[in-house]
Amino acid sequence: MALLQIAEPGLSAEPHKHRLAVGIDLGTTNSLVATVRNGIAVCLADESGRTMLPSAVRYLADGGIVVGSAALQAQALDPRNTVVSVKRFMGRGLKDVAHIEAVPYDFEDAPGMVRLRTVQGPKTPVEVSAEILRPLRLRAEASLGGELTGAVITVPAYFDDAQRQATKDAATLAGINVLRLLNEPTAAAVAYGLDNAAEGVYAVYDLGGGTFDLSILKLSRGVFEVLSTNGDAALGGDDFDHRLFCWMLDKACISPPDAADARRLQMKAREVKELLTSCEQAPVKVKLSSGEEIDLVITRDDFAEMTRHLVQKTLAPVRKALRDAGLTVEDIKGVVMVGGATRMPHIQRAVAEYFRQEPLTNLDPDKVVALGAAMQANVLAGNRADEDDWLLLDVIPLSLGLETMGGLVERVVPRNSTLPIARAQEFTTFKDGQTAMAFHVVQGERELVSDCRSLARFELRGIPPMVAGAARIRVTFQVDADGLLSVSAREMSSGVEASVLVKPSYGLSDDEIAGMLRAGVEHAGDDMQARALREQQVEAGRVVEATEQALAKDGQLLNEQERAEIEAAIARLRELARGQDHRAIKTGIDALARATDEFAARRMDNSIRAALAGQKVDEIEV
Amino acid sequence: MSVTLSPSAAKHVANFIAKRGKGVGIRLGVRTSGCSGMAYKLEFVDEQQAEDMVFESHGVKVIVDPKSLPYIDGTELDFVREGLNEGFKFNNPNVKDECGCGESFNV
Repeated sequence: MALLQIAEPGLSAEPHKHRLAVGIDLGTTNSLVATVRNGIAVCLADESGRTMLPSAVRYLADGGIVVGSAALQAQALDPRNTVVSVKRFMGRGLKDVAHIEAVPYDFEDAPGMVRLRTVQGPKTPVEVSAEILRPLRLRAEASLGGELTGAVITVPAYFDDAQRQATKDAATLAGINVLRLLNEPTAAAVAYGLDNAAEGVYAVYDLGGGTFDLSILKLSRGVFEVLSTNGDAALGGDDFDHRLFCWMLDKACISPPDAADARRLQMKAREVKELLTSCEQAPVKVKLSSGEEIDLVITRDDFAEMTRHLVQKTLAPVRKALRDAGLTVEDIKGVVMVGGATRMPHIQRAVAEYFRQEPLTNLDPDKVVALGAAMQANVLAGNRADEDDWLLLDVIPLSLGLETMGGLVERVVPRNSTLPIARAQEFTTFKDGQTAMAFHVVQGERELVSDCRSLARFELRGIPPMVAGAARIRVTFQVDADGLLSVSAREMSSGVEASVLVKPSYGLSDDEIAGMLRAGVEHAGDDMQARALREQQVEAGRVVEATEQALAKDGQLLNEQERAEIEAAIARLRELARGQDHRAIKTGIDALARATDEFAARRMDNSIRAALAGQKVDEIEV
Repeated sequence: MSVTLSPSAAKHVANFIAKRGKGVGIRLGVRTSGCSGMAYKLEFVDEQQAEDMVFESHGVKVIVDPKSLPYIDGTELDFVREGLNEGFKFNNPNVKDECGCGESFNV
């Protein structure tokens, strides 16, 4: 018979109508599935009692697929067909992948997303992730005794649209209905916030296998609000392993190892790192395929020293997130540690020193994210009473905007806006009689389009011809709860409309997000200069064009010398506009304006005379 | 008349209530729905109703509303594992037949 779970008062499910929902932490190194049972969030274990499923997939020549520890064990034997840390490639193009030389895969650069050549043919990261999700779904269904209503899947806060969409696609492929994507640090806060019911501002320091996220969260009256997020999409526990790996190569004087040796050494590096969490020193013994043996000893202090720059690298996003939230270290009531890598003692020490308090580690840092996701899934599936309802506010990690004249970015949705959000802004035409308008949607903190990430382009056609500046085009940005964007444009007088759903281009971006954020701050001064320059250049172009039109139309009002002066001023301004000095261009614009003062006055007189010609005084209405 | 918990069920209920942080006991009951007439109810109790019947079993309060009692009198609630799945099971002597899944029954 079906086994029953204890429900909240008044919420017993109808027979056969149990809403089974789970939270899934789809991690770089390990993945977990959790659910709320008898009112408590728990991670679900497999037949052997293990909750963590190594995020490793091995493709066998006979068509079979092995997932988890069995795949991980075969890693050294069959590195090319055993995919680990696939999350790093989600929604990414070949050139976006960091440390590509250290990854023993055979990549194929496909439009949009990389593919990995395996014995079963090319596989996208989405397909590989689906193989990880599938056994988690089966485990959940076996544990809960029924089909899943849906799942909340967590993603790093810095995942862009392409990466989020790739994650959703992977879930769909694995037969999972995604209730919602949730930022990992937010999920961790859910787990901690509810269990401890403590109000205040918290920092979530999440150093996972492949990503670092720092979020500033405010918990008050059961409502979670993310004040700011920052991080590094390419920094994680794997980098600490990599550092150890390089140290081994260096110490043992090995030239680039073959794929099998590289795997063996990387696995050893991970093992040594974990050992150093509980021991002061660890032996490093590896037998290479050549028969050569590495036999070294490393101490915890050595390891802390060689990875100090990595720990320091996590503190820059911490500072930025605090500044974005308008807070200082004193405002932080607690620091939540998430991710297995935060078990490293020197990381806990560095975080404690920075925040001047001991970080919270009372929940298992590997499980918190999955537990929080399970709680959220439980709410979304409708298994909680109304009075317990809590709202979860998330933010967009990077500003969204449109390209305007001169390659400048007009921000429509500023970063750290809470989700879901809809923002509208009115734009207008630049030229007389303009009937179409091209929209270029970009994401990033920089002032120039060329420095931001391009998300989508679309056109609005059928604008009724009007003078420049008369058309009113309302552009609406809408970001749903999963952080996915749709943009629409509507001309207000005629009602013509165009829109685009940002179906991401799967990460053809050249900058990764953390870098973009850093650049946004570092280049604030340059950007201001660049913006001023572009603005003056656009203005210069407009003034020159207008003057030339006037000369063509009313040139007869000027004598030759006057005309030559104006033309000289135009030529000077054209020359200046090609330069880099926005102040000089401004001077040129002013000079042209002065040169045309008299001409403008005469044109004005002339048009008034033309309007009055042939009319009697009493016919003119005053 | 009584409704009891097996030692294993009592241990788990006490544990769940402790982790939940509130609740005075557990409610067992029935309601009319489901494919074969009656369906079980198993809920945490935050507030007891005046008419509720209260039994004590292995230190856990078992609360039953008087209308449900005739249908589940003599029931022992057990906690069992079946493969990966685990949960509570009603061992109800009043049941004549139940639907295939056992979530609803007839007396």
